[in-house]
Amino acid sequence: MPTIVVEVMPKAELLDPQGKAVAGALTRLGKTEFSGVRIGKRFEVTVDRPVDDALLEEVRELAVDMFSNSVIEDVVSVTVA
Amino acid sequence: MRIGVVTFPGSLDDRDAQRAVRIAGATPVALWHGAHDLEGVDAIILPGGFSYGDYLRAGAIASHSPIMAEIIDAAGKGVPVLGICNGFQTLAEARLVPGAHTRNAHQQFIRRDQKLRVENATTAWTNAFETGDDIVIPMKNADGRFVADAETLKRIEGEGQVVFRYVDVNPNGSLNDIAGVSNERGNVVGLMPHPEHATEPGFGPDTAEAMSSGTDGLRFFASVMTTLGAIA
Repeated sequence: MPTIVVEVMPKAELLDPQGKAVAGALTRLGKTEFSGVRIGKRFEVTVDRPVDDALLEEVRELAVDMFSNSVIEDVVSVTVA
Repeated sequence: MRIGVVTFPGSLDDRDAQRAVRIAGATPVALWHGAHDLEGVDAIILPGGFSYGDYLRAGAIASHSPIMAEIIDAAGKGVPVLGICNGFQTLAEARLVPGAHTRNAHQQFIRRDQKLRVENATTAWTNAFETGDDIVIPMKNADGRFVADAETLKRIEGEGQVVFRYVDVNPNGSLNDIAGVSNERGNVVGLMPHPEHATEPGFGPDTAEAMSSGTDGLRFFASVMTTLGAIA
């Protein structure tokens, strides 16, 4: 079954409290070489037919309109797995 | 006057909002997220809660509900719409008000009786206040941090679309201490704290006079009744 993968990240200029919490944990573990962590989302969308350009375009639109909120997030990639 | 309260899967404060409408002297009408029908109501409330478990983003899935098509249409025609907490997040996701919400800066769910300043007393839901009034109503959220890009912030500050601001404490890291905003026209208002929980003596925030006696939330509902009275 073909899978289309969409990756969404919080905008770089926004505070990412989740990532900050994990970065804090790394520091407490003594992993001082890591200067930051940001956490995003990965969507795996499955379809029952071969992926064509029209379908990929439809997923790109969904990625912008629903999977992400452009006020706080960026769609970083839409790819066929 | 008939004020609709929409129930989404995971709404928690729909009954409280209906009760507040009744206490204020209007008639609450239960609306269902899956229906394409506003049942002819004069105003609409999107209540608090955790629609769809806050999956994807708080309010995101609810903003794609069938009834939202009618609500977006009604909002465009000037029908008063109030979004409380998850309802505010849903309005923002539907782009009916500016901005968006992220996880609270401190990562914690927070519940407190919160002091707010009324920054704009000309909207459909705030005309019973005076600009500059300080009020206290409960707030309770995990994803309440209001954010918008610098240009949008500047615009809404300049256009009077910042309707409520947190006073004394910024409980969630919201930019510019913003607790509530409106659309350009002022008929659509969203805020994180809960006016419906401060509408009956004995069940509201503490005041200097007596425990649980705060009813500052009543004036939201009095405001919309004045707005509707002026339209009718």
